[in-house]
Amino acid sequence: MSADNGIPVMIEAEHVSKRFGPVTALRDINLHVRKGEILGLIGDNGAGKSTLIKILTGYHQPDGGRLLFEGEETTLRSVVHARSLGIETVFQDLALVNDLPVYLNLHLNKELVHRPVPFLRRAEMRRRAREVLDSIGIKIPSVNIEVGLLSGGQRQAVAVARSVYSNAKVLLLDEPLAAMGAKESGLILRLLDGLKRRGDLAIILIAHNYSQVVDVCDRVNLLQHGEITFDRPSKDTSVAELLELVHAEYRLNPTQG
Amino acid sequence: MRFLLGLTRIKELSILLVTIAAGIYFTATSSAFNSIDNYQTITQYVAPWAIVAAGEVMLLICGEIDLSAGFVFTLSPFVLMLLFVNGSPMWLAVLGAIVASMLIGVVNGLIRTVLTLPSFITTLGMAFLLQGMVLIISNARPVSVPTGQPILNWFGGGKWTEFLWALVVVAIMQTVLSATRFGIYTQATGGNPIGAAEAGIRVNRIKVINFAITSTLAGLAGILQGTRVHSYDPTNGGFTLMFFAVASAVIGGTALLGGSGTVVGALLGALLLGIVFDGFNLTGVSANAFNVVLGIAILVAMILNVSLIVLRKRLGTRGLA
Repeated sequence: MSADNGIPVMIEAEHVSKRFGPVTALRDINLHVRKGEILGLIGDNGAGKSTLIKILTGYHQPDGGRLLFEGEETTLRSVVHARSLGIETVFQDLALVNDLPVYLNLHLNKELVHRPVPFLRRAEMRRRAREVLDSIGIKIPSVNIEVGLLSGGQRQAVAVARSVYSNAKVLLLDEPLAAMGAKESGLILRLLDGLKRRGDLAIILIAHNYSQVVDVCDRVNLLQHGEITFDRPSKDTSVAELLELVHAEYRLNPTQG
Repeated sequence: MRFLLGLTRIKELSILLVTIAAGIYFTATSSAFNSIDNYQTITQYVAPWAIVAAGEVMLLICGEIDLSAGFVFTLSPFVLMLLFVNGSPMWLAVLGAIVASMLIGVVNGLIRTVLTLPSFITTLGMAFLLQGMVLIISNARPVSVPTGQPILNWFGGGKWTEFLWALVVVAIMQTVLSATRFGIYTQATGGNPIGAAEAGIRVNRIKVINFAITSTLAGLAGILQGTRVHSYDPTNGGFTLMFFAVASAVIGGTALLGGSGTVVGALLGALLLGIVFDGFNLTGVSANAFNVVLGIAILVAMILNVSLIVLRKRLGTRGLA
C-alpha cells in the first residue's frame, strides 16, 4: 500500500496471522492507517481486537504476515521497542499512577533530571506539562493535582496527552470511551478531533459505540473472526449499516461464535 | 477550599504538631523531661526505629513490607563478630555485616518477585530463619563489643552518633524518595504496578532494591545500637523493633496499601513514640499503658489517613472539576 493523494501510510499489517495453541486469534489481517487519519476499529468481543492491538504495539509477535512502519518492513520486538519508534498505546487501565500529580504522570519513566546530580527537574516538568496540555486543548485545573482526583474523562485525556507528548507517530486507543458519560465522551472526542487537525498522527480507535466511531473516524474497519471484513470511509457508511453487519452474522450462522 | 486542600496535603504538619504538644505536656508534668540527658535518652529510643522505618517506608510505598528487618538488626552485629574473631580488621567486619544484611534483603526481594510469594509470608519465614541463626551463632548469649576499635566510634560508639546516623539516613532516603527517578518509580510501583510496568518501569527491580535498602539499614542500625550499649545481644531487635519501625511509618502518614508516604513523616512518628515512651517512664506510667497509647496512635493515624483521602477527593472534585 503506497501513498494515497501523497499522504503516507504510517503503519500497515499485511496478511498478519496469530495463533494461541489451537485457537486462531487472527486469520489474515490487512490494515493500514495514514498520517493524520483516524481509523475506527470495531468488532464483537472475541473478534481479535485485543490481539491485533497487542501485535501493533509489539506485545505479541505475529505468526505470519508482516508489519510495515513508515513503509518499511519492521519487527516490533517489544512494547518498549515499538514505543521507541513512536507507536504509543493508551490501554484501558490508562497506566496512570493516582498518587502522583499530572505532570509526573506525563513524564512517567521519562523524568527530566539535572546533570551531573540526577535530581528531578520538577519546575521544568511542570512547565512542559502545561505546554503539552495547552497544545492539545486539555483543560485541567492544575498540573500539580494528583491524577486520582481527576474525573474519568480528564484521566483519559492525561493518558492521551502522555502518548502525544512522547512524540507518537501512531496512537492506539483501546476503548477510551468505554464506561464514559456523554460529557466525558465529548471531551475525548474533541481531543481526538484536535489531534487529527494537527495532521501528524495516525490514530487507531477501538470503540463499541458506532455513532461515535462514525462521527470522529475517517474510516471504519470491522474485525470478524480474525479478519478485516469491512473497510470503508465513515462518510460512506452509517451506524445502521455497521449494526446490521455485526448482528447479521449471528442471525445467519447461529451456531458460530 | 484551596487552603483546605493544601492543608490535607501536609500530613507531616499534623504529626509534628502532636509531637510538639506531647513534648510540651511532658515538660510541664515532669521536671526531668527538659534536660540534655533526657533528650539523649529519647534519641536513643528513636534512632533505631527511625533508621529501620526509613527503609520500611520505601517498601510500604512500593506495596511491600519487611517483617524480617528486626532480625537483620539482631543478626548483623553477630556477622560482624564472626568476621572479626576470624581475623578480619574491624572496618572489613563492619562492611561485611552490612553487605550480608543487604544480601538478606536481596533474597527477600527475589523470593517476592521471582517466586511471587507475598512479602508478608516471605519475610515472616525469613524472620524466624534469621532468629534461629542468631541464636545458633551467639549460643543465645550476648557478647561484649571489642574495645580499642576507633572505627566503632563512628558506628554508635559516640554519644550522639546513632541519632546523627538516623538524621543522615532520613535526609538521604527522603531525598531519594522525593527528588530522584528511583523515588518516583517506587511510588508508581506501589500506586499502580501494572501501569508502572506498562510505562516501562522495572517494578520487580524497584522492589528488590527497596528490600535491599531496608535490610541494609536494619543491619546498620543493629550495629549502631549494640555498639552504643557495648553489647551485641541476641534478644535485641526482633519483631518488637520492626513493629515500632512500621508503627512510626504509619503514624507518620505512610499508606499501608502503597503509593504514598514520607521518610520525614516516619522520623516524626518515631519521635512521637519516643517522647511518649520516655515521658511515661519519667511520670511513672507503666509500659502497659504505653502500649495502649501506641495502639490508639496507630488507629488514629490510619483513620486520619483514610478520612483525609476521602476529604481530598471531595474537595478535589467539587472545587476543581
